[in-house]
Amino acid sequence: MSGLPRASDLGLVGCHVCGMVCRDVEAPDAACPRCGSSLHKRKTASYSRTWALLIAAFIFYIPANVLPIMRTVSVGDVDDNTILSGIIELWVKGSPDLAVIVFTASIVVPVLKFFALSLLLISAQRGSRWAQRQRSKLYRLVEFIGYWSMLDVFVVALLTALVQFGFFSQVEPLPGVVYFGLTVVITMLASMTFDPRLIWDGRDFDD
Amino acid sequence: MTDDKKPITDDLPEPVVRRPRVNASIVWLVPIIAALVGLSLVIHAWIEAGPTVSISFLSAEGLDPGKTVVKYKNVTIGRVTAVRLSEDRSRVIAKVALEKSAQGFATADTRFWVVRPRIGLGGVSGIDTLLSGAFIGADVGESSEPKSEFTGLENPPPVTHGAPGKTFDLHSDDLGSLDIGSPVYYRRIQVGRVSTYHLDKDGKGVTLQIFVDAPNDQFVTTSSRFWNASGVDVSLGADGLKVNTQSLATVLAGGVAFQDPPGPHDATPAQEDAAYRLFNDRATAMAPPDGEPKYIRMRFEQSLRGLAVDAPVEFLGVPFGRVVSINLDFDEKTQTFPTIVGAVVYPARLGKAHDKLVALARERGDDEQMSQMMGRLVEHGLRAQARTGNLLTGQLYIAMDFLPKAPKVAFDGTAKPLEIPTAPGDLDKIQQQIADIVGKLQKVPFDSIGKNLDQSLGELNRTLKQVNGNVLPEVTNTLKGAQQTLGTANSAFAPDAPLQQNLGGSLQELQRAARSLRVLTDYLGDHPDALLRGRRADDKLQPAPPPPAAPTQGSKP
Ligand SMILES: [Zn+2]
Repeated sequence: MSGLPRASDLGLVGCHVCGMVCRDVEAPDAACPRCGSSLHKRKTASYSRTWALLIAAFIFYIPANVLPIMRTVSVGDVDDNTILSGIIELWVKGSPDLAVIVFTASIVVPVLKFFALSLLLISAQRGSRWAQRQRSKLYRLVEFIGYWSMLDVFVVALLTALVQFGFFSQVEPLPGVVYFGLTVVITMLASMTFDPRLIWDGRDFDD
Repeated sequence: MTDDKKPITDDLPEPVVRRPRVNASIVWLVPIIAALVGLSLVIHAWIEAGPTVSISFLSAEGLDPGKTVVKYKNVTIGRVTAVRLSEDRSRVIAKVALEKSAQGFATADTRFWVVRPRIGLGGVSGIDTLLSGAFIGADVGESSEPKSEFTGLENPPPVTHGAPGKTFDLHSDDLGSLDIGSPVYYRRIQVGRVSTYHLDKDGKGVTLQIFVDAPNDQFVTTSSRFWNASGVDVSLGADGLKVNTQSLATVLAGGVAFQDPPGPHDATPAQEDAAYRLFNDRATAMAPPDGEPKYIRMRFEQSLRGLAVDAPVEFLGVPFGRVVSINLDFDEKTQTFPTIVGAVVYPARLGKAHDKLVALARERGDDEQMSQMMGRLVEHGLRAQARTGNLLTGQLYIAMDFLPKAPKVAFDGTAKPLEIPTAPGDLDKIQQQIADIVGKLQKVPFDSIGKNLDQSLGELNRTLKQVNGNVLPEVTNTLKGAQQTLGTANSAFAPDAPLQQNLGGSLQELQRAARSLRVLTDYLGDHPDALLRGRRADDKLQPAPPPPAAPTQGSKP
């Protein structure tokens, strides 16, 4: 593995957008001659951007959990549910399977993403060569599950659209769902800004 | 290493170099914004957070932490955050986070109560809570003294602070089926409710406080009469079956009704906290003022089955009073059990008659109005009678009427209580008459009548035997003789009897002779000369008299 040369070793840089390979001019503001997008050997300021987005996502995750995300009005019984109380209610009211799904999507996945991204960032920044292959797999996993953690938002949107039976049953979204959506979107952005090639850059510091 | 690769890069396109771009660290704005948003939420929550109060209730029924809200005029002003038991476990304490805008509710005279669906007390209330769950109602007072621990009311207060209207006091003997919140009706429209009640200090009655909403409080005048309109007033008394109710709600929950008495009266709107008497029913409420009650006694020598305490006493048909006691007495002299009936009467109910009688008594200088008056009336035949008011139930009432034929009685005008002489009732009269009839029937000598009748029948029997033995055979013989005679007469007159045949022949002969005689007389009329010359020859040509034989026969002799 160490024998294989990297693009930077060959003085090459690839365009992220159109895939065109150009000569690495080492200039900070180089752009692709074909499509005009900026050329970088690595994603620009990947660490700081990912960190910034990750922190923002974490901040939004607090109101997303504290504020109620959904109000269900059924036969006059008004019920405001936060993510956790909704899960508890689902569990108590006899839908443990649904409760597990929602719990996974709304709690496990975002928390996992925070941990995974933090782990990737810290390990990459420290140039650790520990479990590089597993770490890159973890990154791919984070990217993949990113879309699915919008489940709560989808559930609320779907319920709001479907369950409008007027007096008997009503579902309306509450502010919490906005923060939850922001959290999901920003963590997705964070995982996008992270440059997985940084995982493999570690060995430079070893030499 | 680098030298080897150089040739590859030579063919590659050169990147375009552009002017410097914005600093990449602008991305840190995102977490800053996120932090600001988060901070603003915290600040908002902190600003919005009002005072926290704790309210104690007897039961936590319907109180759900996080869900149960506190409402004032149906606007949510707070929310129950926690419910726990008090230290002595006798009550539950609900922690309520009030909103910032509801700061004024954490003051000394604010009242809290749990609104649950309840039936009764003026209808069904809180029906919406059946669906939405209970909530805590709040009513704010005027105090500004801060307070954070409250004792919740178990029932909604009937009157909220500052509600327009007036409060009045009602005095009653007992509470009946009234309760806090019971409706107050005016012309069968609810205009208020009972707000509180308490026992009088001497324990001899109940004072209710009612609240009548504006603008209907103006209908309460100084002469208004209040009565208990609770439940269905079904009275099967001596005066028949009466069903009276104010509304269906009063049947369930009871209520108070008021109205001005008919006729001219003072219609000034009543002052706040004016006191009234609460009558038991409309009739008593609307009755003319009773005046001073008088106690009278009556002694009946008859069974008073059907007479009950509270039975009416009527004076010439006017409701005059009520029976208050019925007691049995024992008379040693006559060895009888007379019934002593005590009654309370209100002479003032007689209206004008009473006024005049009083005036007359005054003129005569009688002090003891009632007894003197009564003395005179008794002289004129005033007697009390127990009469049947209701044939169906046999209930009795006491009627005071003038019975001119009543035997004179001694009347003690000074007796206390006054004893009104009595007369047997109409039913007793009928009984008396029946007894008389029975007595008269008893005097009839049925025994001797029977004996005589028996003797007469024996005689008759003997006579009949004689008739059968002697008279009847004789009669038979006589009849037989008569029959024979009649048979002979019959055969004599039979159509084929010889007597009949002879008679027929004779009559024919007589007819023929008569005809001959007529021919002869006709001929002689035409030919009178024939008497002298005899019959002429040409007469033979005449065909008219073909049977000449007969006339000749007859004419010849
Ligand atoms: Zn390109």
